[in-house]
Amino acid sequence: MATMEMRKDLFADERDDNLNVIGKGVQRQDMPGHVTARTRFFDDHAFDGMLHLKVVRSPHHHARIRAIDTSAAERAPGVKRVLRGADVPVNKNTLLSLINFGKDDEPSLAVSKVSYKGEPVVAILADSEAQALAACKLVRIDYDPLPAVFDVEETLKPGAPVVNETYPGNYFEYHERFDHQKLRFGDVERGFAGADIVMEHRYQMSPIEHAPTETNGSIAAPEQNGRYLVHSCAQGLFFALGTTAKIVDVESNQLHFIGGTVGGGFGGKVDSLTEPLAVLGAMLTGRPVRFVLDREEEMLYGSPRGAERIYIKDGLMRDGRIVARHIRSYFDAGAYTRLSSYAAIKCTAHVPGPYWIPNVASDIYVSYTNRCPSTAMRGFGVTAVDFALEVQMDRLAEAANMDPMELRILNAYRDGDMKPHRRAAKNTALVECVQVAAEKANWPLSEQAKRASSLIGGGAGERSQIPATQLDARGQIGRPDSRNGPVTQVLPAGTSRIAPSKQPVMEGARDGRATPTQVPRYEPQRPAAPPPPPAYQPAPPPYQPASSYSPPPAPPAPPPPVAPAQPQHGAVRFSSVFGTRRR
Amino acid sequence: MAKLPLQFRLNGSDRATFVDPASNLLDTLRRGLGDFGPKYGCGQGTCGVCTVLVDGEPQLACLTLAVSCEGRQIETTSGMADGPNLHPLQDAFMDHFAAQCGFCTPGMLTAARALLAKNPQPSREEVVEAISGNICRCTGYEPIIAAILAAANAPGARRA
Amino acid sequence: MLDLRTCTSLSEAAGILSGDRQALLIGGGTLVMRDVNEGRLTEGTLVRVTDPAFRQMSTGGARIELGAGVTMAMVLANRELAFLHAAARAIGGPAVRTMATIGGNLFAAAPYGDFTVALLALDAQVVLQSGYGSGRAVPLEDFLSARERGGQGLVTAVQFARPQNPAEFHFRKISRVKPKGISLLSIATHLPLSGGRVAQPRVAYGAMAPTPIRARGVERALDGKPLDQSAIQAAKQAALEGCRPATDAIASEWYRREILPVHLGRLLAGEPR
Repeated sequence: MATMEMRKDLFADERDDNLNVIGKGVQRQDMPGHVTARTRFFDDHAFDGMLHLKVVRSPHHHARIRAIDTSAAERAPGVKRVLRGADVPVNKNTLLSLINFGKDDEPSLAVSKVSYKGEPVVAILADSEAQALAACKLVRIDYDPLPAVFDVEETLKPGAPVVNETYPGNYFEYHERFDHQKLRFGDVERGFAGADIVMEHRYQMSPIEHAPTETNGSIAAPEQNGRYLVHSCAQGLFFALGTTAKIVDVESNQLHFIGGTVGGGFGGKVDSLTEPLAVLGAMLTGRPVRFVLDREEEMLYGSPRGAERIYIKDGLMRDGRIVARHIRSYFDAGAYTRLSSYAAIKCTAHVPGPYWIPNVASDIYVSYTNRCPSTAMRGFGVTAVDFALEVQMDRLAEAANMDPMELRILNAYRDGDMKPHRRAAKNTALVECVQVAAEKANWPLSEQAKRASSLIGGGAGERSQIPATQLDARGQIGRPDSRNGPVTQVLPAGTSRIAPSKQPVMEGARDGRATPTQVPRYEPQRPAAPPPPPAYQPAPPPYQPASSYSPPPAPPAPPPPVAPAQPQHGAVRFSSVFGTRRR
Repeated sequence: MAKLPLQFRLNGSDRATFVDPASNLLDTLRRGLGDFGPKYGCGQGTCGVCTVLVDGEPQLACLTLAVSCEGRQIETTSGMADGPNLHPLQDAFMDHFAAQCGFCTPGMLTAARALLAKNPQPSREEVVEAISGNICRCTGYEPIIAAILAAANAPGARRA
Repeated sequence: MLDLRTCTSLSEAAGILSGDRQALLIGGGTLVMRDVNEGRLTEGTLVRVTDPAFRQMSTGGARIELGAGVTMAMVLANRELAFLHAAARAIGGPAVRTMATIGGNLFAAAPYGDFTVALLALDAQVVLQSGYGSGRAVPLEDFLSARERGGQGLVTAVQFARPQNPAEFHFRKISRVKPKGISLLSIATHLPLSGGRVAQPRVAYGAMAPTPIRARGVERALDGKPLDQSAIQAAKQAALEGCRPATDAIASEWYRREILPVHLGRLLAGEPR
């Protein structure tokens, strides 16, 4: 067994000494089941009279459906039912609609057009898998191919094919108004102007398939009292339950989901890819229905981690300090919205990386393309931008003729530093991580770098301040296309902008909508208190978008504690969808 | 199409069932006989989660024509423990955290069992080769290799 | 629905295959069952052979004959076939090798079919049986070029001469994943030396064309030459002659063309991968 090293020299006050589990070997409760093959995964359940569901998928990336003929398939041996879009009670959904985020855009079975290769069009239920597969070949679908777009930037250009009619601009609309996620802190243009070196690079990442050893699937079976039992591989069981209840239009208490044992997920089992049709099939036939993706379907049509393209522009001083960073990124949602909309929020929350930079801007877009819809995967929204940021850091180190480890220590957040998201950094430990990594790798560090600490120097002077934010000629913050235009307004230091109204303030407006100009309103924000290390700084009040689903305004933050704060145990979480903080 | 009768020995017990002519052994074991030990992972011979022993040799149940198993000895992970007593490989997998989601585990155990039956003291390289047809997506292979090597040195490991 | 015919004799199987265009031989199942599982093969008749001759091995003499039903595991268990062990071990993991047959490997589409590459460098002949007649031997290269058309009959065996010096036979599979991955390409060479010079060399590639192919340019460059730096250089120059590699999930055509001469050069020079 690998040994774990407990470093008591770092952050000793952060941790109890009487840890009962960490650092010790504890047998997992599911292990005996795993090694004896008695663990029951969703497919390890037997039902009499079970039907097997297979779907007919689009061979085109983008096509209008002229006609669907299922008559031969319906007559095929063993076929008990054929499902089409019209059979699905609520044939449009988006995953995050359960928390009122985004518009329903994805059909369970395509009706009038297909927007990616592999999109399900018809479902066949038969006595055996082989019969279902044979009947799939008998379905005739008449397609009229349409031009397709696969590039995250091409799709945003005027004249690009409309991938997803719900979002005719080919971008996800945040709060039904904004075409991207934006972050502004200070004035990046001024930062670049004053920098010794300005460097911009483009980074890109392809989609990544989770490839769990167990493919996505579920078994739905009629229970008594009009209920349906569902054995599911879902990573978020209640998410799958809610999504299924919505799509098949039943009360959620009619569904009895059993899960929790997942044969590898990594984010690829949050989409409810099979549960709704399996339950619908069980409702319409009165028989248990099994819907399992085969490996090829899993690889090609189970949602991947989305592709990303990232531009990073940095302003660097010769001494290695980064004084400005602008990040522009495009997430490939594929044809419909699964979780890419959330990925962009996570990405925005992550920039500019774990570094204190006085001027930061980011514009993160979610683009629709004629590719398989993308979803969650292990740190989605963060991993690709982290890759880009750290490659960029190495390039900056080279440009400054500086050791890359030292460059990171120099720029790393210290406790008490103000982040561009208007929250003070806390529990930062990058300095110590780099120091330990260098030590383990026998990487020489300067004495100064060795003496650095996350607890020293954070929040000093401007490092705790919210600087003034530049506004463009129309009083908006940092329209990408007018960033270099005349600046007429400056959001006063220490203030944060309140979204003016529910009226659309779409940027770009390539879908032909009006682009009203709103005069922003301001409200004074509590000046950030000076950092009191080692106590923890309570965050300033969060930015509150004035949208219909925002929670009531948070109460004013309590005054900073005078006594050293108790170490925090238990999760303090920032919900980036709602902008609230909760325990 | 008429179903075909099929008999074989599964984990020491005589079993009989009827199968479609082109049925694979995996569906026959799982759906026909209720042995859910072997899993479906790919149906194309790349993942190894359906590995079973046929007359002591490892085979992929998803690619094995069921009727080709007439009269043969099939062994799966479900029959690996001797009542309440785990096989040394099972003990070692538990001790070495050699499973995370557990989905590849039955196939890994079977591949390892085939190895130790023929080669009770394998080298690390031989262990790696023995599980080269089995994919794990969670834990990584190191704990699995460590578990198999440990089991090889444990008393009773030669029991196949 | 698929039907199944179990044949106790090779001629019975050959007869069914000749008379029924929807009949398909199933050996170890690694190719055919995949198509069944994924719904590509839903109609017709699977033909299964239980004739012991199908799995017979004759390996003692100078001429070796292996039944088409001989598995990779059987090759690996046979000491007289040690020169073929590297090629047999290149096929799948242990479970696949218990099942995968030599006959099936002849039909594996690129980038699979690594064992056939070795057979091609051994100048193997394929024994084909059509209808109820007796078998006829055709050169493996001819068999492969006609493979896509189908209808050549039942492959009952492969035959080849044992290399006089097994050390003159080499096989290398190049893949990205260790210990086992799908071929970027594979190379087999049989370079008999006569008086210090290469005589009648045979070089074959896998995954450099839709079927395994002979590298005739390389063979010409080496024939009659000592296996020295200049001959190896000439062989590398000629390495890509006749190659039509595919771009697939494993590698691009460009990449395969780039790395082939490198790996060929290393193999010829006796350097590790």
